[in-house]
Amino acid sequence: MAATEPIVEMTDISIEFPGVKALQNVQLRLYPGEVHTLMGENGAGKSTLIKALTGVYKIDSGSIRVSGGPRQFSGTADAQSAGISTVYQEVNLCDNLTVGENVMLGNEIRGAFGINWKKTHEAAHEALVGLGLGDLDPRQPLSSISLALQQLVAISRAMVAKSKVLILDEPTSSLDANEVEGLFTVMRRLRDQGVAILFVSHFLDQVYAISDRLTVLRNGEFVGEHLTRDLGRSQLISLMIGKDFETLASLGSNRRRDARESGEQPFYSATDLGRKGSIDPVDIAVYPGEVVGLAGLLGSGRTELGRLMYGADRPDTGEVTIGGKSTEVHSPVAGLATKIAFSTENRRDEGIVGDLTVRENLILAVQARRGWARPLSKREQKELCDKYLVELNVRPSDPERPIKNLSGGNQQKVLLGRWLATKPELLILDEPTRGIDIGAKAEIQEAIATLAEDGMSVVFISSELEEVVRLSERIVVLKDHRKIGEIINGPDITADTIVDLIASDGAEAQGVEAFEPEPAALAAEGSTN
Amino acid sequence: MSNTSSGAASFLKTSVKQPYIWAIAALVLLLIINLIKDPTYLGISVNAVTGDLSGNLIDILRASAPIMMIAVGMTLVIATRGIDLSVGSVMAVSGAVSMEFMHDAGDGSLGSALMAIALALGISAFLGLINGVLVSIVGLQPFITTLIMMLAGRGLAKVITSGQNTSASNEFFRWIANGTVLGFPVVFLIGAVIVALVALLVRRSALGLMIESIGINPKAARMAGIRPVGLLIFVYILSAVLAGVAGIFSTASVMTVEVAKTGFSSEMDAILAVVIGGTSLAGGKFSLTGSVIGALLIATLDKTIVFLAIPSSATPAFKAIVIVAICLLQSQRVRALFSQRRARTSTPRKEAVSA
Repeated sequence: MAATEPIVEMTDISIEFPGVKALQNVQLRLYPGEVHTLMGENGAGKSTLIKALTGVYKIDSGSIRVSGGPRQFSGTADAQSAGISTVYQEVNLCDNLTVGENVMLGNEIRGAFGINWKKTHEAAHEALVGLGLGDLDPRQPLSSISLALQQLVAISRAMVAKSKVLILDEPTSSLDANEVEGLFTVMRRLRDQGVAILFVSHFLDQVYAISDRLTVLRNGEFVGEHLTRDLGRSQLISLMIGKDFETLASLGSNRRRDARESGEQPFYSATDLGRKGSIDPVDIAVYPGEVVGLAGLLGSGRTELGRLMYGADRPDTGEVTIGGKSTEVHSPVAGLATKIAFSTENRRDEGIVGDLTVRENLILAVQARRGWARPLSKREQKELCDKYLVELNVRPSDPERPIKNLSGGNQQKVLLGRWLATKPELLILDEPTRGIDIGAKAEIQEAIATLAEDGMSVVFISSELEEVVRLSERIVVLKDHRKIGEIINGPDITADTIVDLIASDGAEAQGVEAFEPEPAALAAEGSTN
Repeated sequence: MSNTSSGAASFLKTSVKQPYIWAIAALVLLLIINLIKDPTYLGISVNAVTGDLSGNLIDILRASAPIMMIAVGMTLVIATRGIDLSVGSVMAVSGAVSMEFMHDAGDGSLGSALMAIALALGISAFLGLINGVLVSIVGLQPFITTLIMMLAGRGLAKVITSGQNTSASNEFFRWIANGTVLGFPVVFLIGAVIVALVALLVRRSALGLMIESIGINPKAARMAGIRPVGLLIFVYILSAVLAGVAGIFSTASVMTVEVAKTGFSSEMDAILAVVIGGTSLAGGKFSLTGSVIGALLIATLDKTIVFLAIPSSATPAFKAIVIVAICLLQSQRVRALFSQRRARTSTPRKEAVSA
């Protein structure tokens, strides 16, 4: 199926930023009618390479050939007019416009009296039909449709611009399985129409499901180009991280401990914790040194439960007992005061303070606890930075660099450091490994396991069920904004067990002990009342 | 190469990167223009009897003091993503309160001057508190809240003085604006000390960090346990108190409050000083040094306009041209254009190294 002539050919691309060699002699070839995946850890240079292609960054050396001729674009608009469109991880569309307006933005059909909206919407409809999205009403406001559909709208927009090359930069990171399948259907359709697709994703399953060819980068260097079918998964991972897969596979396997001895006090317990419109009342208890996983599909209420526990949202109902004392946690300030820390899934909007430095981001929560009048001294700040930047292996480890210039995985590590610096007894981690590479993922998982060994309670929320099963001792399963069961982890529990439980909706699934209130939690509740 | 010259070079290098370098350049340029018109413009003479310094530069310092006050307050408000349009009216209220009090007291004593100052600053702080509560607790938009306070404050000043321009005589109060210490105008020295105190307060405590955090990303700041309510109330009170000080400065120089004119459109000068100083109106990172330089520039500009005998009807236009020019020079895009022309570098402005 692959044509003999690549439509895009990048040879020996090098880009240097002050102090960093972002890309060194990197190659990339895109063929029409092929899905090509760009693989690599965070910081490997994937985004930089894409930006080099679209002209956002100027290359220091090397050549870019498009459709056989040398080209150097001056920016995304220029690249787009030459048929190279990019759809980013965070959808770049206008929320306040309609679907059709977004699809046709910049390509509106003009009549004698300016834009002919009727024809424009018709053309938008056609474009949507072309991607199998005929059901979507082009006159609907964009904000009324799901993120997954918005992504597809962004792709239709690229198609209206008659793109021959479509770049998808981590399009799947916030989609659930069905939505990913929908996206893949669209991608296959476009591929069969002869579009060259460059796909970036951290999900190995997805890479193997969709791509024909892949290019691996590591630390800004070209590692190799392979046909996907010729390369095994463990081989691919080794290429990406440059070390053996064994270390990853063995991780956390010893986390499965015996069930709690009865009579031990939980650090945190809540009964009927709930908030209208967000999650139905839930009972949950977390013991010291325990990792409790919250599992469920996107929108099941797993994030909402974590937020209620921290006080990010104010609960309407529920009794909370922390460290044996009845407490109310209705704000992040109260959460931190009771030694709870919450790392958000929304790193960009609720996590980092972009313009501040790594150091300032790291100390922020500790400083907030101390109040404005007792600033951390230079020495204390340096100690915190030295400790956590090294412990969590943040790269680059320069504390004075603005955090927005770090890659996603490293931002996540700094945020983890921010929460650890508050010395929490309960750490709630919402998708701490989303959108970050396997190397950083392993480091974060390892850190979680170590923290729990040292006696910290952890609530671990992740959409990757394997990860939840690997790390958690107990797993609370949620569905449709309610708790449908609780599983004590054991050798025969796998991701499939959770899937079965969700599928059978809380009824007793095979080999699963689903029980409602935790007896020990009730005992603790009784003793305080 | 000696140590001092390389130190100076590196200092120059870091200050060239500051956005307010263009304000400094404009300041120098204005002085040069004045110097061309009158070669003795920069001359400072010393009064042999009193030891007072006099000259245009000294006048500029004196005139910059009130602008400096409101610009510093405005900087912190803007850093929190807010704006304080009420500073000019608060100046009028503060001036009206102090003049009315001293007029009624009528004894011209130091005690009544101090009492007038305390009363003026207290009422200013109360107005700031109202702004802060409306913005942080009620959740009104800062623009609307302070616009209302701008109208209400002007009205309040008129009520206090029964619509009259009130005068009073009090030697100490007059000394604040017209006196000198070691030859320098008292008003500038007080202003400089206040700016230094505010700078110490925000930069040596964690206030600056917290204000910047809520300005850059309020959601993330909240999740990190920062309480915005107290911080917002603090910045609005501080801005109003500093406006009160500015009101005292500007009424003390003539010992009269002109309720319709005192502080009129001063909020614009303050906002301009902040913008010229390189603090983004979108909030976040702020520079008090930049705002002080901005205030000096505006005072110089006002003086220059008078000195060049530009007709008063053309004054706003002239001011606008100078300020637009500075803002253009500061904009990333325009500067990128210039640096590309100079040397075709390929260094991108945002060097995000990510995958």
